[in-house]
Amino acid sequence: MGGVKTASQAEAGQTADQQRLITYAEAGVEAVREEMRRDPSIFYMGQGIGPRGGNFQQSRGLWAEFGGERVRDTPIAERGQTGLGIGAALAGSHPIVDIVFLDFVLEAICEIIQQASTIHYISDGKFKVPVVVRAAGGGIRSTGPHHSHTFYSFFMHIPGLKVALPSTPYDVKGLMKTTLRDDNPVIFIEHKALYNIKGHVPEEEYLIPFGQAAVRKPGDQITLVAMGQMVHRAMQATVRLEQEGISVEIIDPRTLAPFDKDTILTSVAKTGRLVIVDEAYAACGVSAEIAATVASEALYELDAPILRICTLPAPHAFSPSLDNYLVPSVDRIVSEVAALVGKKL
Amino acid sequence: MKPPNGLATSLYRGMVEIREFELKAKEIFRSGKMPGFIHVYVGEEAIAVGVCANLRTDDYVASTHRGHGHALAKGISARSAMAELMGAVDGCSGGRGGTMHLYEPSVGFLGSNGVVPPGILIGAGAALSAKVRGSDQVAVAFFGDGAVNNGAFHEGLNLAATWNLPVLFVCENNLYATEMPFEQATKNTSVASRAAAYKIPGVTVDGNDVLEVYAKAGEAVERARRGEGPTLLECLTYRWFGHHEGDPGTSYRTKEEVAAWKKKDPIQRLREKAVAESWATAGEFNDIDNEVSRVIQDAATFAVGNPQPAVNTALDHVFSN
Repeated sequence: MGGVKTASQAEAGQTADQQRLITYAEAGVEAVREEMRRDPSIFYMGQGIGPRGGNFQQSRGLWAEFGGERVRDTPIAERGQTGLGIGAALAGSHPIVDIVFLDFVLEAICEIIQQASTIHYISDGKFKVPVVVRAAGGGIRSTGPHHSHTFYSFFMHIPGLKVALPSTPYDVKGLMKTTLRDDNPVIFIEHKALYNIKGHVPEEEYLIPFGQAAVRKPGDQITLVAMGQMVHRAMQATVRLEQEGISVEIIDPRTLAPFDKDTILTSVAKTGRLVIVDEAYAACGVSAEIAATVASEALYELDAPILRICTLPAPHAFSPSLDNYLVPSVDRIVSEVAALVGKKL
Repeated sequence: MKPPNGLATSLYRGMVEIREFELKAKEIFRSGKMPGFIHVYVGEEAIAVGVCANLRTDDYVASTHRGHGHALAKGISARSAMAELMGAVDGCSGGRGGTMHLYEPSVGFLGSNGVVPPGILIGAGAALSAKVRGSDQVAVAFFGDGAVNNGAFHEGLNLAATWNLPVLFVCENNLYATEMPFEQATKNTSVASRAAAYKIPGVTVDGNDVLEVYAKAGEAVERARRGEGPTLLECLTYRWFGHHEGDPGTSYRTKEEVAAWKKKDPIQRLREKAVAESWATAGEFNDIDNEVSRVIQDAATFAVGNPQPAVNTALDHVFSN
């Protein structure tokens, strides 16, 4: 990586731009822009990502800089654009296919799972498939069941796919840059509700390795694993829990595949308790996989049953009263975590 | 019109190689030595050979479940392909892919495919890559009539037409999608006419006439290479055998229909015409038959004797490092 700093160096480094704050959306644009300047094989296609700059401003300015050949608006054809992206990857390009809403990735799922994930293996390693499928999941402002889902567990299920799940501007940039230097298909999943949050992103280049979780907050009584928007809700919940003397360590896996189980196992060995907060459903979900891993590999470290706090098993509802109840809230995280240590909050 | 010197014999050799390869694969399959199941291309050889004779090595082909012919015509060796059908280590996919997943980047072969329509998208995507890179490479997507009533056909042709991609869509219309007659699968049984929906040229050819396929595909390939966009080429043809080896293919087709199509054998037609027109002699064709027979027997011997990959490699290549 030459002079490129690692994530920990950059995060710890007291650089001149320590206070440089940009949004989650801007961080993604910076990453794509820098990598497109560096690597002419990268091109970007998706719905509304050209002159409009993306539904969430996630491609703002790229069309103006790189032009319509490399930043290409598509019709509403998720399967087509994904399939073409895979074909282009086989022919030496490194395309980003922006599905925009993660819900619509289902339109393209066969191409991702049956083609993109398999071809390197079944061609005996002869063909690389460096295609990026980018999409934003999760709920925001009552978008209902066709625009709110958190579909990522099935990508983690599939050998041959990498899955990145950034929760901060810093991670969006560092993980996207790593994504665009990876020769495998990568599913890059952002969260719609996070695009406008601001965070520190240094000027100098850095990459975040896949499979390296971030400890968002140290603690010694409970290990809490959260992803995407739930990292932020868990952080808020922890403020209240700590006021009651409950110490929580928050771990953000940052990538689901590869998955950093060691950071979780190390933490559980210290705390003896595991909570997983996931905006996806519990059944066959990432939370189930993490629970199974800890149960298999660290059962005797546990002092309490594993707790999963997940979106309740119903389609996302439109009415805010219902959807706010279904998706894990700060209040729910506080009360369920407190109950785990015998407190009522 | 007299074809250029050597063209008739070259096309003939390509078709005979596929025919002999497929008949040998059937024989090995029936012996019980071949894993999986195979879809043979016998009767349709003129299409793969006529189209691919217009391509450069660095052009791309995306293929189908019935893809052995495309693979051979694009330049995968008979040894490499037959070994892959055996799941053997020296197959073109190292034995990991098999009949429906033949891959070879050195000749631009982007895979046969176990799913019916994705090759349309993969071919168009390779063409998109060529366009974005500023290359003059061309891509061909082969598919059957069974693919054209699937949404991927529409999405692929629409995107390719809209972006003027250098791709040739070749529909091998053999009249049956597995056992489903084409006229029961769609109201508009002219695949080529659908090109009008995308404002691209649609051409129907006799898919059992290799010289006609070669000529029409050549026009479309040159058109694509000039940057003038995609063409939909519908090749009317017929598979002599069932959908897959083991399907007798007789429950949904009459013996008379099969027999009538066998009379249109693309190999014999070319040979008879070439001899009658004095483009080549019967002796030259016999020499080709003998040479190909040796190549295929060698491939079969090689493939049957080639070991399967070692189990300690089972988790290799899941990811590229």
